[in-house]
Amino acid sequence: MEISWKKYAYTFLITAVIFITAIYLSNYFSQKKINEIKNIESRIAVDILASETQFSLLSELSCRDIGSSFLSKELATLGDKLAYTEQNRGSDDAEVLNLKKYYSLLQIKDFLLMQKIKERCGSNQANNGLSIMYFYSNEGDCADCEKEGFVLTKLRSDYPELRVYSFDYNLDLSALQTLVSVYNIENKLPAILINDKVYYGFKSIDDMKVALPFLVELDKQKAKAEAEAEALKAKQATSSTP
Amino acid sequence: MHLISESITYVILFVALYIEVFFLITYFEFRDKENKTEKIILPVKYPSVSIIVPVWNEETTVLKTIFSLLKLNYPKDKLSIYIVDDGSIDNTWKVIQRFSKNKQIKLLRKENGGKYTALNYALEFIDSDLVGCLDADSLVHPEALKRIVAKFEDSEMMAVTPSVKIFEPKGILGLIQKAEYIFGIFLRKVFSYLNALYITPGPFSIFRRSVFREIGGYKHAHNTEDMEIAMRMQKNNMKIGNVHNAFIYTIAPTNLITLYKQRLRWVYGFIKNAIDYRGMFFRPQYGNLGMVILPAAGFSVLSTMYFFGSMVFSWINSLVLTIKEISTVGLSFKGFSFDFFYVNTDIIVFVSFIAIVGTLLIIVTSRGLAEEKNIFGVDSVLFLMFYTLLAPIWMTKAIYNVVFSQKTKWR
Repeated sequence: MEISWKKYAYTFLITAVIFITAIYLSNYFSQKKINEIKNIESRIAVDILASETQFSLLSELSCRDIGSSFLSKELATLGDKLAYTEQNRGSDDAEVLNLKKYYSLLQIKDFLLMQKIKERCGSNQANNGLSIMYFYSNEGDCADCEKEGFVLTKLRSDYPELRVYSFDYNLDLSALQTLVSVYNIENKLPAILINDKVYYGFKSIDDMKVALPFLVELDKQKAKAEAEAEALKAKQATSSTP
Repeated sequence: MHLISESITYVILFVALYIEVFFLITYFEFRDKENKTEKIILPVKYPSVSIIVPVWNEETTVLKTIFSLLKLNYPKDKLSIYIVDDGSIDNTWKVIQRFSKNKQIKLLRKENGGKYTALNYALEFIDSDLVGCLDADSLVHPEALKRIVAKFEDSEMMAVTPSVKIFEPKGILGLIQKAEYIFGIFLRKVFSYLNALYITPGPFSIFRRSVFREIGGYKHAHNTEDMEIAMRMQKNNMKIGNVHNAFIYTIAPTNLITLYKQRLRWVYGFIKNAIDYRGMFFRPQYGNLGMVILPAAGFSVLSTMYFFGSMVFSWINSLVLTIKEISTVGLSFKGFSFDFFYVNTDIIVFVSFIAIVGTLLIIVTSRGLAEEKNIFGVDSVLFLMFYTLLAPIWMTKAIYNVVFSQKTKWR
């Protein structure tokens, strides 16, 4: 029985070429995604720098000029994309680690900027001073971190004005370690920092509302606005009826 | 752990793609060669042929099978039909009595002993040049025998296999099997080009009578005697060919249970015969059969199981995650917004894409071979969607049966 070794070799070559092309394409798109994250990060960095500069000029700037656009809106998008990349490339990936460090720094800067606005203009500016700082670990030592993630994602989607800063507790970043020591956050994760107070362990949406009563206020405002809209609709319907 | 499973996935994907590329290269290489050489469509001379129809409780289907044989376009004095009642307990024997006076048909009866015993029993009475078998759930195309016999003009050809199609496929299961059988026509063609056919299907494979004299009759072979005889022939360097336009129509199982039982018997039989003939694997003296086709067949069972396992594992994982999310924050509907960033661009996606394109090419090619009107059909779509979900059901059980020495039954 004849064997065409040449054909075996050609087939191997074709398969290898297909595989190498697939590897190349995958790397190409992966790099494109990393670049997209880098672009977002640099846009946020510029935003923060611009806001900081604006803030330094506050003597000439009235507090009421600080609108909702003062703080970057892309932090949440960046967080989501980074989490997705981390999931795909692994948390040990050097590029992912660098992006994560930069992201953490940007979050700290954003947080500090928000604190400054709060101090000088009171909590009614920018985003009403609504913020949560969340410390997690993905080294398998935090059973409730996954659940806490669901809670914070839900809160962020229900209250777009809420700024959620999430930090990998084990990230090797001196600024982050300083933040941890400043607020005296222990390695009992998940840990949540709200208005300078640290909460440990899983906190449900209701627990969060207790810690951040302004969220309840927002619920009331939303319900009121909805009721008014309904009433207006009903009024329009009756007036248009002959 | 993640690295190990990822590496296994890539190795399996590479091998699967290698096999697919190898089949496609082989098909197009030999098809072009075949087109250049003159095709033998009709036999120059008509050798004597005997067809054995083993029957066991087939009172409802046997008549159709016999009538289709009688309608074969082949000289009547050269064609004999041997109907062997393998100890039926229904009216089969009574039903076939209407042919008792037909000179072309011989009726034989014996105690029940299984299909292979019925075939061997009939072989004792046969001295024709060629001999074949037709299961009582199958029908033949009138030109099938002529087309097959023409292939025996090659003096080295010892057996010729036909193309099996589903008779009047009904329902989703019928359509899935229709596409599967058509896919099989392509594979059988490629295997014949490679001289690596390892199954001579029960429906209408024709052998030289001398084959049985030289290597003996059929064996029990774990209820897959049609695979064992082909393996034995290959081991003895006997050439097996294929005629893709010699169509046989077989009645497919109509429900999942009968399909499951049939496939369990096939896969179990394949694994057991593969173990019995393990000496042929990766041995160059058995040509492409030993080096590629048999290892590829074994690999297909293992890879299907692996991918199915991975798929189920990932489904369970995402289900658990969704349950956790709902129990934590309740049910919430997230609006859909497309962002290219979240499109999966892993290596596996691109390789799978190429593999799917290859599979589509095989489907289109096989439909051409099967003389189907359309190059793609609903059956092809159903096959692509559901076959990989169905096959692991009987494969898992077959592997279990082999490991724990559980035997399969015919019905």
